[in-house]
Amino acid sequence: MSAFVNHFSFEFRTGIRNKTLLLMNYLFPLGFYAMMGLVMAEINPDFVETMIPAMVVFAILAATMLGLPDPLVTAREAGIFRSYKINGVPAFSILVIPALTTILHMVVVAIIITSTAPLLFDAPWPVNWPGFVVTFLAMAFACAGLGVLIGVISPSSRMTVLWSQLIFLPSMMLGGMMLPYSLLPETVRKIAQLLPTTQAMNAFRGLAQGLTADFDPVGSLIVLLASGVVAFGLAIYLFNWDRRNSTQRGHPLLALLALLPYAVGVLLLS
Amino acid sequence: MKDPVIEVRDFRKTYGDFVAVDGISFEVQRGEIFGLLGPNGAGKTSTLESLEGLRAPDGGLLQVMGVNPARQSRKLRNVIGVQLQSSGLPDSIRVDEAMKFFSAYHGVAPRYDLLDRLGLAEKRSAQYHQLSTGLQRRLALALAVAHDPPVLFLDEPTAGLDVASRVEMHNLMRELQAAGTTIILATHDMAEAEEMSDRVAILLRGKIAASGTPLELTATGAGLTKVSVRTKGSSLSAPGVTFPAVSQQGFKDEYAIYFSTDIGPTVSAIIAHVEAQEDTLIDLRVERPSLEDRFLEITRTEGTNTGGAQ
Repeated sequence: MSAFVNHFSFEFRTGIRNKTLLLMNYLFPLGFYAMMGLVMAEINPDFVETMIPAMVVFAILAATMLGLPDPLVTAREAGIFRSYKINGVPAFSILVIPALTTILHMVVVAIIITSTAPLLFDAPWPVNWPGFVVTFLAMAFACAGLGVLIGVISPSSRMTVLWSQLIFLPSMMLGGMMLPYSLLPETVRKIAQLLPTTQAMNAFRGLAQGLTADFDPVGSLIVLLASGVVAFGLAIYLFNWDRRNSTQRGHPLLALLALLPYAVGVLLLS
Repeated sequence: MKDPVIEVRDFRKTYGDFVAVDGISFEVQRGEIFGLLGPNGAGKTSTLESLEGLRAPDGGLLQVMGVNPARQSRKLRNVIGVQLQSSGLPDSIRVDEAMKFFSAYHGVAPRYDLLDRLGLAEKRSAQYHQLSTGLQRRLALALAVAHDPPVLFLDEPTAGLDVASRVEMHNLMRELQAAGTTIILATHDMAEAEEMSDRVAILLRGKIAASGTPLELTATGAGLTKVSVRTKGSSLSAPGVTFPAVSQQGFKDEYAIYFSTDIGPTVSAIIAHVEAQEDTLIDLRVERPSLEDRFLEITRTEGTNTGGAQ
């Protein structure tokens, strides 16, 4: 237990000490939040209605997609996992602890956004706090799972960026943070439902903000949780201590199974 | 009495069609420093990493303190300490954090005294990437021995160290050995291997080309003993002067240099000649072949026998 706590404590401090992680965990999301508050609120007054969930979802997305995977790749390539293996650090800890510490950083960012947005930008607070917290945790769990999975399957930092951007960029454009889901063309909506941000924004609308959800918000929560479980399971299954020495347990494309809950959601949620 | 701590029997490791280690066998006794030598690609790393549980063997038997490294990783980690050649630590980890981190996973109290002992006292708050190569290697050693393992694997432990650090590292290795720790030393530094190892094995193309004590290895080679002689007069520089068992000779920096296949008759004849010529001997040095000479001889011979370089 003390080893786990020690490891957790070190990883949490790394999230602030490491300049890239500090940028992705705090500076980028909070800077983007400030900019959006100043600009978007003027351009599109309706944006303020969902500003808190949108900015929280953005923060989770930035930290988990842009911050979480690469340290896993570089640690494996630098032989750090070999050293961990020799010294008895379990694979479970290597994968789960960075995810947990990232979620903890996101809790801090979410508190900053939630507590300042009403004062600075007249953004409404959630009307249902338990719904807000549960949706936040489900989104963080799903995205952390995807982030860890990308870190496990990527052979290099360059490929990590590619995989991460495949989720990050569509999420920014279609995920309901900037542009409401209801304004998207019908065919694009189906694509948008494959993204965790769309599911999270739908759940926030229906379960936390007291707004009309575009489709079943509880279903969105289930999709996020299922995706998180599948992603973490696949990450542990596909994990390699050392790419040069280990025998691959499964093809990296198996990672696409993490999107299966979203695909099922497209078929079932309306 | 023999008390093998490490047993390797017919160990084989392949990567696709490439045979990295081809059925080698050796034992390492308790409290021994065992040098594993060989050029790049000889199979050292495959052997070491298989003993450390990082790679699975393709054949044969490996045992460390009675533990099968490939199948009993949990037990293995308590009986071995490993100083890897590559860093093995995150850039942002602090020196004292690293000690706490690994000690916690081994279930022992952090050994901060080792950091002090290895000259890291003033660097305890420094992050790993801020340390020089030498300090990084010292930290790696401190972490490897913090849980007091009976078997220690050292991969190039003094690479990049200055002379004083190297001496300190060697002293620590001797202390560990005196306390009963068995050390497997993989190094390219032949002087280090000769000085520190009780026995060495030279790996070449996945096989053990030679093994024994450094003295045995240097004695069994066809290496020539070098005799350097300086006299007050010119008794040795006269044309036609030669001595028994000398195969090559020459002059360098006022020294007559002889390479002898049988040192006794050569030296006796030189002294007798100098006295007979009423000359005065100023300096006479006998240098037996080093482990490095023997290593080069073995690698060249094997290279020739198998048709050249790899």
